[in-house]
Parts: sequence; C-alpha cells; structure tokens
Amino acid sequence: MNHDNYPNDYIRGILQSVKTIALVGASQNSARPSWIVMKYLLERGYDVIPINPGLAGQELLGKRVYGSLAEVPGPIDMVEIFRNSEAAGPITDEALALNPLPKVIWMQLSVRNDEAAKRAEAKGLQVVMDRCPKIEFGRLSGEISWQGVNSRMISAKKPILSGKGFQKLSLNRPR
Amino acid sequence: MTDRLPGFNTLAIHAGAAPDAATGARATPIYQTTSFVFDDVDHAASLFGLQAFGNIYSRIGNPTNAVLEERIAALEGGTAALAVASGHAAEFLVFHTLLQPGDEFVAAKQLYGGSINQFNHSYKNFGWNVVWANADDPASFEAAITPKTKAIFIESIANPGGVIVDLKAIAAIAKKHRIPFIVDNTMATPYLIRPFEHGADIIVHSATKFLGGHGNSIGGLIVDGGTFNFAGDDRYPMLSKPRPEYNGMVLGETFGNFGFAIAARVLGLRDLGPALSPFNAFLILNGIETLPLRMQRHSDNALAVAEHLASHSKVSWVSYPGLRSDRYHNLAKQYCPKGAGAVFTFGLKGGYEAGVQLVSNLKLFSHLANIGDTRSLVIHPASTTHRQLTDEQKKQAGAGPEVVRLSVGLEDKEDLIDDLNQALDAA
Repeated sequence: MNHDNYPNDYIRGILQSVKTIALVGASQNSARPSWIVMKYLLERGYDVIPINPGLAGQELLGKRVYGSLAEVPGPIDMVEIFRNSEAAGPITDEALALNPLPKVIWMQLSVRNDEAAKRAEAKGLQVVMDRCPKIEFGRLSGEISWQGVNSRMISAKKPILSGKGFQKLSLNRPR
Repeated sequence: MTDRLPGFNTLAIHAGAAPDAATGARATPIYQTTSFVFDDVDHAASLFGLQAFGNIYSRIGNPTNAVLEERIAALEGGTAALAVASGHAAEFLVFHTLLQPGDEFVAAKQLYGGSINQFNHSYKNFGWNVVWANADDPASFEAAITPKTKAIFIESIANPGGVIVDLKAIAAIAKKHRIPFIVDNTMATPYLIRPFEHGADIIVHSATKFLGGHGNSIGGLIVDGGTFNFAGDDRYPMLSKPRPEYNGMVLGETFGNFGFAIAARVLGLRDLGPALSPFNAFLILNGIETLPLRMQRHSDNALAVAEHLASHSKVSWVSYPGLRSDRYHNLAKQYCPKGAGAVFTFGLKGGYEAGVQLVSNLKLFSHLANIGDTRSLVIHPASTTHRQLTDEQKKQAGAGPEVVRLSVGLEDKEDLIDDLNQALDAA
C-alpha cells in the first residue's frame, strides 16, 4: 500500500467492514480529539473499546476501559492508535501478538510509523496512517461537506441518510 | 488505483454539490432557513461542542453556503473554506483569527482602495497595525517584518489592474520568517492564478466580482490552504491555545490542516456575525459554474480593448500586463499565461476634463464603482472614488486626473471598441 495516498475504496472498505475498534490512548477529557473520535464512532454504530492503563476498569462514554490490548476479551477488528509515532511501534507489536489477529491497524492523523506498518502488512493486516477515521467517514459519507471542507469527492449520486436522523449520512453512497 | 482529481471545468460545476439527500433536487437548493432541527438532545450537544459535522443555525453554517465553500476550496486546491457576507468580511475574519491587539501585518500598498481604508483606519480600533510594503519590491516585505508581524497580505493581480505580483518571491520571505501568506485572489480568480501553487497559505475573495460574475450579489470567501502549521505556535492563540468557548478544545490540533477555516467560522463568524445569505450563495454558485468560460472571454476581450486603446491617438498610456510592451508582461506570462484579467487603467492625453467627458459619452460601458460584471464597466477615479484626495495623493494611488479604469465585460469586443471610439472622438 502506498501510504502517501490511499484510494477512497481502500478507506471505505475498512470503515464498512470493521465493527469492533480498540482505541489506544482514549481520553476522558471531552476536549481531546481521542474523546471526540470515540464518541463519533460510537454514534456511527461501531463497538469502540477504550484502552488506557491510567483509566483501566473505569467507564468512558458507557464503555469499560481496558489497560492494554491483551486484556480485551473477544476479537478486535481494528486497532486505532491515538499515541505518538514512536509509541505506535510497540502498540502495533502488541496488536500483532493478539489471537485472533486484528484486520486493521489505523494510526491517527499526524501519527506515522512505516516500520510498524511493514510488520503489520507482512502479517496480512491492512494499515492506515496519518488519517482520522472521523474525517474519513465524514468525507466519504458527505457529512464533512456541511463544514465547507474539501472532500475531494465528486458524484452525481445522492448521499444516503443513515436512517438515524436527518444529520447523519451513510457510507453506502452509490458510486 | 488512485482517485484521479477532476479538471478545473468539472470542479467548477460539481465540487461540493450533489443531488439533495432528502429530495433528489439536482440544482443546489436554497436552504432559506435560520435553523436546523437536531436529531436528538445528544446530537445537539455534539454539534455545539464541535464533535459532529452538521448544521445548527445559518449564522454559523448553512447547506447552500457549504456547497459554495467546498466549491471554492476545490477550485483553489485548499483544504476548506468559509463563505461570509462580503470580501471585506473575509479579510476581517482572517485577521481576527490571526492577530491580537498590538500585532502587525505587512501589506502591499497596491491594493483595492476599500482594503487600504479598512487597514489604515478601521483596524486601528482593534490594535491591528498595518505596515505598508511595495508589491513591486519583494525585499520591502522582508524589511517591514518585525517580531510583531503575524501575516503578509497582497493581491495576486492588484486593483486597479495592471499589477502582477511576484507571488513566489514574497512566499519565500513569508516561509523564511514563518508568517502566514495571505493572497486576495479576487481579480485573478483560480481560473487565471492558483496562489496555493505559488506558496500562499490563505486566500480571500470578494465573490461579488468574477466568481459571482453577474453583478447581483455581495459575498466573500476565505480559503484555508492547510499549509501553515498553527498548532503549537504560541503566536496564534486562536488556533494553538485551549479555547474557553469550546471546553478547552485546541482548534489547530483538533481540526488539523483545516483548523484555520474552522477557527474563522466558530470564533469569527459565530461571534462577529457577517453571515452570507443562502440566496446570495446560490447566485454566486451559479456564477462559478461558468467561471472558466467567462474568465477566458473577459481576458480575451480586455486584451483586444487594451491593444486598441494603446494605438489610439487620444490615449497617452495603457497599463495592461497582457500587452507585450507592459512592464508586468513577463510576470503575467509566468503567473497567468491564460490571460491577465479584465480590469486595467489607461491615461487620456486630455486629462481630467477628457476623463469626465469619456465617461459621459460611453453608451455601452456602465459608469459605476464595481468590477467583474458580465457588463463592461468604467470609472474615472479622480472625479468619483478618489475625489476627496489631493492631486498628489491621487497620483500616488494611481488615480491621477487623466486615469480611467475599465472592467471589460463579455459583450462582443467590436461593440466595446466602437463605443470607446465614439466616446473618445467626442471627448
């Protein structure tokens, strides 16, 4: 995968297929991007499992916080890394030690670790770096266009309402 | 398998617009409403907390305006944009986002007169201090920079026409000193010049002019290039410090490379209020759909009229960079090879009286104080917009007694030349 320029279909495929997302670096501060992204993904129907050793055992946005990926009971589809680029290395290795393996390693906007990405891809995982899943969901669904953001999407097809209100759009937009 | 970026003509028609999700309406609907129903209480909280994308109240954002915002962001190659009530409002919100009281910014002295007034007088009340530089001399910008300098501001093609600015040279100075480089791209439009490709960080527009293009709507636009890293930069607290209005959120960090556009919206537009009417946004969007066709015709007509005037016995000089003999011709070839725009000035041998006579004699050119209409426009600055100035001030502003400014429209160029001929003959 060329990590400088992801095809829209690659990102869309990931966001349409994953259901359980472990969010490493979860925060209880509602002004932090990690809190905002967790809330957004929960509202879009993902099962988000917050990971933060300092908050282990507590509840965050109604979800139990775990101290590490290894402590999470049950399979994880995607590991979303909300830490710095250096820390993304060992976190990727923790993810690669899980059984069953996750399908996707996603490093947040500004986080990039090419060595870790190679290790994950060698084991057959899909990797996304330096992207925000909230921004990507908003871009591909059309929601982000309400904020005047350049979605770089052109289409003569209608956006699809998610069915959960007027102001949420679905990723299942015809292409 | 990359996603190919559509061409300029395609973006001018499609960027930001799609069939309406609720009705399938193909033209962008005019969402003439003040407010938007929340899906539920939690959704309302998410919107007010900037945690979800969506619409609250048309002062802050509106779906029709949002199409215009994404359209201009795509055409300029930026990350996001903000539509506001006028070009002046666009400048105001840009500086409000960047400057604190006591700060300075460096601006080219070759600017639209309204901008010069805004900078010289209105901004003084906010403690924002303009330092003037010479657009023809990039080194003058570097000489004007102090530790208080927070922005550099220029027009790509400067009003009243005829000045092409060396964007790359000034961008290099801005980068060296880590100062955001703001370009007013009103006269060029992204069809002729795309300033982000030459190092601009932020673009502003008076959409009233060529973007709308039909002389029917006032509007302004701010485009975020996503190129300046505001996060962690203490000089720009609106973007780099926790905002008490938003529960301690750091906008430059949370919104990454479109943080500037968001800050201008949620700190500037929300609190200061110069919102664009959705109806005006609709008319400007309609204009933009034909921007590439119109700008080419504007420029071609302007060149034909300028060439004719340059050879007319009653004309002493013509200042149009499309002319081979013009001092800005090489810069025009470098920055706007498709054309040098529609607006330029020329001088009459007969001086002040000849200028007054010419304006009165013209039958097709409209005598008014605007540019960028389908119709051809004319003004004699010395007897109108610059009337209050002394003769010396008039000269310095490029508005000497003999100067006439044209904004060449989309009519047949033969008719424009005929009209100028009959008016010059009688003057």
